[in-house]
Amino acid sequence: MSAARTSQERREHALRIALPILVLVLLLLIWEAVVRINHVPPYVLPGPGLILATLVDDWQLLSQSLLVTLATTVEGFLLAAFGGVGLALLFNQSRLLEYSLYPYAVILQVTPIVAIAPLLLIYLPQPLAVLACAWIVAFFPVLANATLGLHSVDRNLSDLFALYGASRRQVLWHLKLPSALPYILGGLQIAGGLSLIGAVVAEIAAGSAGAGSGLAYRIAESGYRLNIPRMFAALLLLSIAGIAIFYVLSFLNHLALRRWHESALSREA
Amino acid sequence: MLPAPKPQTASPLLALHGVSKAFLNGTLALSNLNFDVRAGEFVSLLGLSGCGKSTALRIIAGLSPPSAGSVEWPTRGMDADQTSRIGFVFQEPTLMPWASVFDNAALPLVLKGVAGETTVKRADAALDRVGLAKFAHVFPRELSGGMRMRVSIARALVTEPQLLLMDEPFAALDEITRFKLNNDLLQVWQATDTTVVFVTHSVFESVYLSSRILVMSARPGRISSELAIEAPYPRDQNFRTSAEYAAYCRRASTALAQAMADDKAAGDRA
Repeated sequence: MSAARTSQERREHALRIALPILVLVLLLLIWEAVVRINHVPPYVLPGPGLILATLVDDWQLLSQSLLVTLATTVEGFLLAAFGGVGLALLFNQSRLLEYSLYPYAVILQVTPIVAIAPLLLIYLPQPLAVLACAWIVAFFPVLANATLGLHSVDRNLSDLFALYGASRRQVLWHLKLPSALPYILGGLQIAGGLSLIGAVVAEIAAGSAGAGSGLAYRIAESGYRLNIPRMFAALLLLSIAGIAIFYVLSFLNHLALRRWHESALSREA
Repeated sequence: MLPAPKPQTASPLLALHGVSKAFLNGTLALSNLNFDVRAGEFVSLLGLSGCGKSTALRIIAGLSPPSAGSVEWPTRGMDADQTSRIGFVFQEPTLMPWASVFDNAALPLVLKGVAGETTVKRADAALDRVGLAKFAHVFPRELSGGMRMRVSIARALVTEPQLLLMDEPFAALDEITRFKLNNDLLQVWQATDTTVVFVTHSVFESVYLSSRILVMSARPGRISSELAIEAPYPRDQNFRTSAEYAAYCRRASTALAQAMADDKAAGDRA
């Protein structure tokens, strides 16, 4: 009975991996076929084979750019993570501070980053402006989620800590931070993807001003030169970077919550 | 064998003098509450939902200040370090889901900065007392509702409290589990020198456990009558099925019905 169930589960699991791959292969074959049969020139639409070949040929250049973009993304993400959680902690300690500053955090969030980037590029040196963009977009989800999490403490547990005379630091360390952890991790997962977007947006803005060397800059530059295969290759790398960031953060999330949080429990447990 | 019932001292452990509580929205939750709890007693506050019995418990614990009146601790030393002498068990187990059973039970000692070795010894002892010694490193989610409540009780016992306050702790459990925990609670009470104030809406539970029942009526919450249950401890399944138990339950039910009638009269006047 249970053996039958596990074998069925295993088949289900295999299908969930195999089916998307099958779809991908099929789409790539159709794409390649359409390009070859209709003799579409590569500056209009390159086939997947050519894109892959470009990725290999230009690896030297593209990998350098990938590293630049990734470095900006990671720096922006870390600043957002520490800044967001730190500010949420300050808000949690002082209502007045929260009332004073929270609206500005919201304004920072709702103003489109594409519109802010050119301004930042005027006032800041280019690498710093790119970093600032990555930080701005990634910062708010962390702040908002951490603030929510720190306010979501079980009331009875709060009472219990009060009853046993817990200090502010003990409440923070033993109660508030663990309670907020699932929220903070959720915020970080959103922030990871957003910091990549922020970095790309800023690089594009900077790229049109003729500076920079990140992947997004490569895309813009290749566009001017009608080097469409390289545009696709750079885009492919960006997607892979985004997926990698997502899975790394999901894994950290899982590691931190797997023993106790509802979200990490399998239904059968 | 169960230990013999312990002697009760005459001096009150705590005394409520004219305690009233009005909430910010104007609701009068408690009005002029007066009662004593003597050391070693097992006192139940019996009343329907919303009669303010939980509020009374929170005021005794110091979690909520009374609007008028006072809670006094005539026993010397109780004022000085009140918190080390009170254990509180909530209606829900109220465990930290991110911490193991052991860490949950040890929490009060950790918060007080008790030395590591002592903490380990006392938390182990408290878990052993509620029959969970083998589950120390399990997380709360892996336990049944009854076992979670046991952890909660172990956590309340770990400071060896002089007064154990319990707010309908078994209300959400099935009957079999509740009977079992009732028995275990009586055992713990008899084996230690703890005084218990137990809030419940169950006539049967309050008669089974208590040496004295304070029946409360609602809107505003006040003591409407008092009933001493003089059946000797240890009590067990035989007591639960005895004519004496049935007679006490009948008296308690009548008292509760009277308290409800008082509610209605008060409501009609208002």
